Amino acid sequence: MEPILNAKNLVKRYGKVIALDHCDFELYPGEVLAVIGDNGAGKSTLIKALSGAVVPDGGEVWLEGARVHFHSPTDAREAGIETVYQTLAMSPALSITDNMFMGRELRKPGIMGKWFRQLDHKAMEDFARKKLSDLGLMTIQNINQAVETLSGGQRQGVAVARAAAFGSKVIILDEPTAALGVKESRRVLDLIQDVRSRGIPIILISHNMPHVFEVADRIHVHRLGRRLCVIDPKDYTMSDAVAFMTGAKEPEAVAA
Amino acid sequence: MSQSDSYEDIVKARREEKFAEFEDERKGLLHKFHHALHVTPALVPLIVLVASIVIFGVLLGSRFFSPFALTLILQQVQIVGIVAAAQSLVILTAGIDLSVGAITVLSSVVMGQFAFRYGIPVPVAVACGLACGALCGALNGFLVSRMKLPPFIVTLGTWQIILATNYLYSANETIRAQEIEESAPLLHLMGAKFQIGGAVFTVGVVFMIVLMLVLSWVLRYTAWGRHVYAVGDDPEAAQLSGVNVKGTLLSVYMLSGLICAFAGWALIGRIGSVSPTSAYEANIESITAVVIGGISLFGGRGSILGSLFGALIVGVFTLGLRLLGADAQWTYFFIGVLIIAAVAVDQWIRKVSA
Ligand SMILES: Nc1ncnc2c1ncn2[C@@H]1O[C@H](COP(=O)(O)OP(=O)(O)OP(=O)(O)O)[C@@H](O)[C@H]1O
Ligand SMILES: [Mg+2]
Repeated sequence: MEPILNAKNLVKRYGKVIALDHCDFELYPGEVLAVIGDNGAGKSTLIKALSGAVVPDGGEVWLEGARVHFHSPTDAREAGIETVYQTLAMSPALSITDNMFMGRELRKPGIMGKWFRQLDHKAMEDFARKKLSDLGLMTIQNINQAVETLSGGQRQGVAVARAAAFGSKVIILDEPTAALGVKESRRVLDLIQDVRSRGIPIILISHNMPHVFEVADRIHVHRLGRRLCVIDPKDYTMSDAVAFMTGAKEPEAVAA
Repeated sequence: MSQSDSYEDIVKARREEKFAEFEDERKGLLHKFHHALHVTPALVPLIVLVASIVIFGVLLGSRFFSPFALTLILQQVQIVGIVAAAQSLVILTAGIDLSVGAITVLSSVVMGQFAFRYGIPVPVAVACGLACGALCGALNGFLVSRMKLPPFIVTLGTWQIILATNYLYSANETIRAQEIEESAPLLHLMGAKFQIGGAVFTVGVVFMIVLMLVLSWVLRYTAWGRHVYAVGDDPEAAQLSGVNVKGTLLSVYMLSGLICAFAGWALIGRIGSVSPTSAYEANIESITAVVIGGISLFGGRGSILGSLFGALIVGVFTLGLRLLGADAQWTYFFIGVLIIAAVAVDQWIRKVSA
């Protein structure tokens, strides 16, 4: 099978730090690929190179068999790749709705929208409310409240809802459950399964091994800026995975 | 799954949930007030404006509280008000524009000199002046967005450059009001007066008010407006969530320059002549209006109508204290107090929970 998204030899340097060291990557249609690795292994840098937030110094990215050059996150979004960044990328003073539709606002139909470019606040609010209740984020009182008035977990929930609502080809989640409560994490895992059943592949970065082993079809182990190996969660235990990613154990010529 | 996971089973089944409803009782009056300010930041300057009009009205009676005196304030603040609109846009993006005064005067000089020195038809000369303002703004915008230089430094530099250009180009020459009246009355358009009862308005005053209303609508109801706030709030987040940060910054500085050029046109109407030495205090006065108007210098917060109120507050104090016969220094004294109070209130509003 052809990978839907793949990368070869990605290199990214920050001064003397090599965040990506000739890293390869493959994501196949319909799968959940977990990416695990130590802090600072370069996981976030890898997905940023795939989502246009970082332009790699070297290497190639291919989407559905065609070479792509993303210069900004907007490029990747237009190609159907939606990302929840570790930092969430939200404007604190703006409302939940504003944040969900940032950069892809809906305009009113008719003259007001076409000539005066007036936004359709009502349509956007209804959509945002629906997506949030799908995620079980009903504890949010008011869809127009500023994001800064939300708790950390609620913010993360909004970011995940945004990605799930708009991703059409690939959804990337960089530690989407790090700040979430038990119930909300469960909703995100459900959502991941949902999205997979819609046929959209997901890249999931997480430090939570039980979650990773529960939803992932394959696990990409990242170490020192490159892919160490890819393992099948059915063939390995969580301790094996942790041993690989921390360097306690060498993978013996794994091919998964 | 291992048994360590079983605690999650309880939440695996979805239950119907309601929006958590918070009782508002626990919040006191202060809390409600705080919330109202958080949602409508122009409320503070509006209250201050109304209060100061009432106080001066009580102290001075009909000398102050008359349509004539109140509309006189509008005429006196029109230039600062228009420039403050430009300044507000830039400050909303967490920038600052120190070149607004220079752009204003250079644009007015271009309008005048193009019409008189080269004999260009006056409407074209006015258009050239407006283009000149937009171009100066574009230069600022380019340096800030593409070269990634800090706005303070960029506009400190262009302030000097534009002002020097203004003196060199105009050769320090003033075009007298009489000449303009005779051969280029269009330059005086913004100064044209009309009366409604005892109230006297000028085209410039109407322009200032309409400009403020239009901008506040655009900031609230268009994508571009939302992007201006997002860029000022957190440019990195805005970039990641799909905002064209560079384009937005460039457009804001360009628009600011264009608005300043309109202020330059209004300036000719206000003072009658075209003088390269006018509007030198527009920088500080516009920043003062914006700050008193409750727009955060850290960007992303505040409402542009606040700047209009801020400019009017300054106008009310200036006229009120003058009618009271106070030393002009008292005006500066109170403006200084207001600035500091405004920033203190801003800090308080920014705290999410009081
Ligand atoms: N903007 C940046 N400037 C300089 N160095 C950076 C930058 N972003 C990342 N790095 C460096 O690149 C390396 C990889 O960082 P990255 O954020 O990709 O790690 P990570 O695997 O996502 O870690 P974590 O699990 O903590 O999120 C780190 O050593 C970090 O210091
Ligand atoms: Mg990371």
